[in-house]
Amino acid sequence: MKAGWEMVIGLEVHCELKTTTKLFCGCPNMFGDQPNTNVCPVCLGLPGSLPVLNQKAVELAMAIGTALNCEIRPSTFHRKNYFYPDQAKDYQISQYDEPINVNGHLDLPDGTTVGIERAHMEEDTGKTTHAGTSGRIHGADYSLVDYNRSGVPLVEIVSAPDMRWPDQARAYATELRSILVASGASDGKMEEGSMRVDANVSVRRSSDDPFGTRCEIKNLNSVRSLGRAIEYEAERQIALIEAGERVVQQTRHWDEDQGRTVTLRSKEDAYDYRYFLEPDLVPLVPDAEWIRAVYDTMGVMPAVRRARLVELLGGSGGPNHVEQVATVVDLGLDELVTQAVAEGVSASLALARTANEAAKDAAAARRLDPTSYVALLTMEDSKSLTPTQAKTVLGEMLAAGGGDPAAIAAAHGFEAMSEDSLVAVVAEVVAARPDEWERYCQGEDKLAGLFTGAVMKATKGQADGQAVAAELRRLRG
Amino acid sequence: MSSPGPSADLAAAVRSGARSAVDVLEEHLAVIDAGEPEIHAFNLVTREQARERAAEVDRAVADGQDPGLLAGVPVALKDNLCTRGVPTTCSSRILEGWLPPYDATVVTRLRRAGAVTVGKTNMDEFAMGSSTEASAFGPTRNPHNTGRVPGGSSGGSAAAVAAGFAPLALGSDTGGSIRQPAALCGVVGMKPTYGTVSRYGLVAFASSLDQIGPLATTVADAALLFDVIGGHDPADSTSLNRPMPRVLSVLDDGVQGLTIGVLTEFLDGADPDVVARVRQAAEALTSAGARVEEVSVPEVVLGLSAYYLIAPGEASSNLARYDGVRYGLRVDAEDTAAMNTATRSAGFGAEVKRRIMLGTYVLSAGYMDAYYNQALRVRTRIIAGFDTAYRRYDALLGPTAPTTAFELGSKTSDPLTMYLSDVCTIPSNLAGHPAVSVPFGAGDDGLPVGVQLLGPALGESTLFKVAAVVEAAAPPLPAPVLSAGGRS
Repeated sequence: MKAGWEMVIGLEVHCELKTTTKLFCGCPNMFGDQPNTNVCPVCLGLPGSLPVLNQKAVELAMAIGTALNCEIRPSTFHRKNYFYPDQAKDYQISQYDEPINVNGHLDLPDGTTVGIERAHMEEDTGKTTHAGTSGRIHGADYSLVDYNRSGVPLVEIVSAPDMRWPDQARAYATELRSILVASGASDGKMEEGSMRVDANVSVRRSSDDPFGTRCEIKNLNSVRSLGRAIEYEAERQIALIEAGERVVQQTRHWDEDQGRTVTLRSKEDAYDYRYFLEPDLVPLVPDAEWIRAVYDTMGVMPAVRRARLVELLGGSGGPNHVEQVATVVDLGLDELVTQAVAEGVSASLALARTANEAAKDAAAARRLDPTSYVALLTMEDSKSLTPTQAKTVLGEMLAAGGGDPAAIAAAHGFEAMSEDSLVAVVAEVVAARPDEWERYCQGEDKLAGLFTGAVMKATKGQADGQAVAAELRRLRG
Repeated sequence: MSSPGPSADLAAAVRSGARSAVDVLEEHLAVIDAGEPEIHAFNLVTREQARERAAEVDRAVADGQDPGLLAGVPVALKDNLCTRGVPTTCSSRILEGWLPPYDATVVTRLRRAGAVTVGKTNMDEFAMGSSTEASAFGPTRNPHNTGRVPGGSSGGSAAAVAAGFAPLALGSDTGGSIRQPAALCGVVGMKPTYGTVSRYGLVAFASSLDQIGPLATTVADAALLFDVIGGHDPADSTSLNRPMPRVLSVLDDGVQGLTIGVLTEFLDGADPDVVARVRQAAEALTSAGARVEEVSVPEVVLGLSAYYLIAPGEASSNLARYDGVRYGLRVDAEDTAAMNTATRSAGFGAEVKRRIMLGTYVLSAGYMDAYYNQALRVRTRIIAGFDTAYRRYDALLGPTAPTTAFELGSKTSDPLTMYLSDVCTIPSNLAGHPAVSVPFGAGDDGLPVGVQLLGPALGESTLFKVAAVVEAAAPPLPAPVLSAGGRS
């Protein structure tokens, strides 16, 4: 960020709700099926069809509101009118001036609080594919529309313009994703479009100045592009102002390959959406009992889970524990760590193995039987398995969707080496390398790696690296 | 006092095996063959499907099953009710070639009651009009005088019943589109309380006003059809989930002890011969034991203006989907936006375009509050005005339309004059209240006059009670020139 300038960032996040069926009809809410197979008169907007609100979608929207500390209020639906081929009715049913969730906030891990202005419900559109070389609507030979996504329930979460640098925006998106997953509302997959982020960016010289003219950036498909795009856009705006020009309010498209934002449309081209109350739906008035029932079925939020884990580790989590805690909570693997520690596995081992190895295939790890996972860590912790062996066994458990770690270890012939045989192997290895041993004894500590490697090779990985190191130190005296 | 209507009689005969549904159907098809070329009540007569359906009903009876309350009764459907695999055009070019993949809820309910649907009736395009002249497929003519309009927009349904093509028909009523053509064709037409009849499968014109309702030759038949199509439907979020008003068992209850107000605002703009018939109906109600008084509900005069902001506003949104992308007409052009424009320019008629433009305007940024939102405030005032009246009155009485059937072509060049045809019917739509038009003799020109009874939300029981008394007192009306048996 250029000195003497401040960014002002607000994010609008569209989140697809993880319902079985769509927002206003009974069609499956399913990503990746054959085009136009999950459709019916309602989500195709056929003449005479009418919407009926999905109760589960309302509950997930309320769960999001609860997780984001919002007021949950009586709400209504409006029609947002504009012509587009993937918009089946040529209007979108969306909450407008009376959204279900308002006035919340989200606390970032660094302690910053970002306001949540609203989190409202709306329906998704279909998806248009433009055939031809450009891949855009201009110059396309023809376009294909898939209405499978038409009517999929969305919640749009609008933050206050409370973020001041790209890292905060990234942290917000990451934390929000965790919250959406933890509340059971969404799978939070940015790459599949189930979480879509638009960024509103403006710049000003001082935090005492009023907000500058903002631009909205679309097509941000990862947390990484979110940060890059904000960075680029702020620099662009600063350059304009410093050159004596004005920032024009625009919607801009992030071009990931070129690493820049380009104009999509200007304010003068903005649609007049002609919002009016959707006459085919009735007001939504959740009572306290319903809101309470939703709250009772919700999972524990990431911030609380991180705090719990840190407390459980009690300062014994190892040097990287803050990042590791964040990783395991974000991936929903904290329960594995908690259980392992409860059963006596050392905290640093439980955290490291989970954040480093289990996290490589988090989906598979979440499906593991925690008892087997804890059994594996216990074997490693008690030195019945070396770290290398434990990692191999875990890899197989993840690939196979489970299994008994003792049986897998036995099948590999993994067993703890007795102290006697370890001592013998180390002695052999040392004897075979007299020069290196001499240098090691003179204080060339890095040669420990060479001896350890040789012991590992000789024992086909069955030796415990730490035990080998200890034996080497003992021999050196 | 009232006898079961002809439909009830037909259904009874079919259910008992005294008559076959196939016979009943063929008799009506013969009437259609004789009269339809002159009247043009239908966009499509579904002969073969009707024959199969009638045979099915007969088989059910032969098997000892009861096909239902409307066993073997022919019913005509307004062409804005979705029928699976059968063209549903709304009398518009823009729906050319579209075959709905589903039946409207009312169509399903008719089938479950054993009815035999005989065809899709002509209408003003997308139900926007009061004469059925705004149809892409040419006008329908009034069976009482083929130089006159049948009213609209459910003119095809009203003419079909008046001409004896079918004893029953369904229409839709957004601002009077059932009641006004019923009045002009000399049949009974009823707009139910908003939410009592499912709109699922009714092609929307103005969603907060649209309601499907019955057209029939008698009050009893209209009650029977209302009873069959009404009731909660989970597919329509605005459908009321509460017991239906009882209408079949109250028809003989009379009006003793009821207080009925004659709505003076409705008399003011009506022709003298029409006003005379309303006063005559009021006297009949007095004789039958009701207390009848004149009452003013000043807010109703605001109805027409409010309606022509609210209905087009909603319509501009409801009709956006006819864009050439998914179904119906497509006129190709260089890009999508141009294709949308070309399709809509070619597919919609002048009246529909006028209302889409009007509606788009009243919802636009900067104008919405002055027009659309103001109209909504007026709508609230009208409801309040009616509420005050219904604290004292069980029902209100007035003309259905200010005039009898007018000549074809006489109002097509002046939309505002045409809009005035609905001045007495629109307030009930804005309020969501039920209202029924009952034929009551003829005007000075010998053409039918309809008197209208209005009631509060879910006041159908009272309305049908009063309607039966009015019907029993009605002066005779000359038979339509083309009605069943009139030509043989």
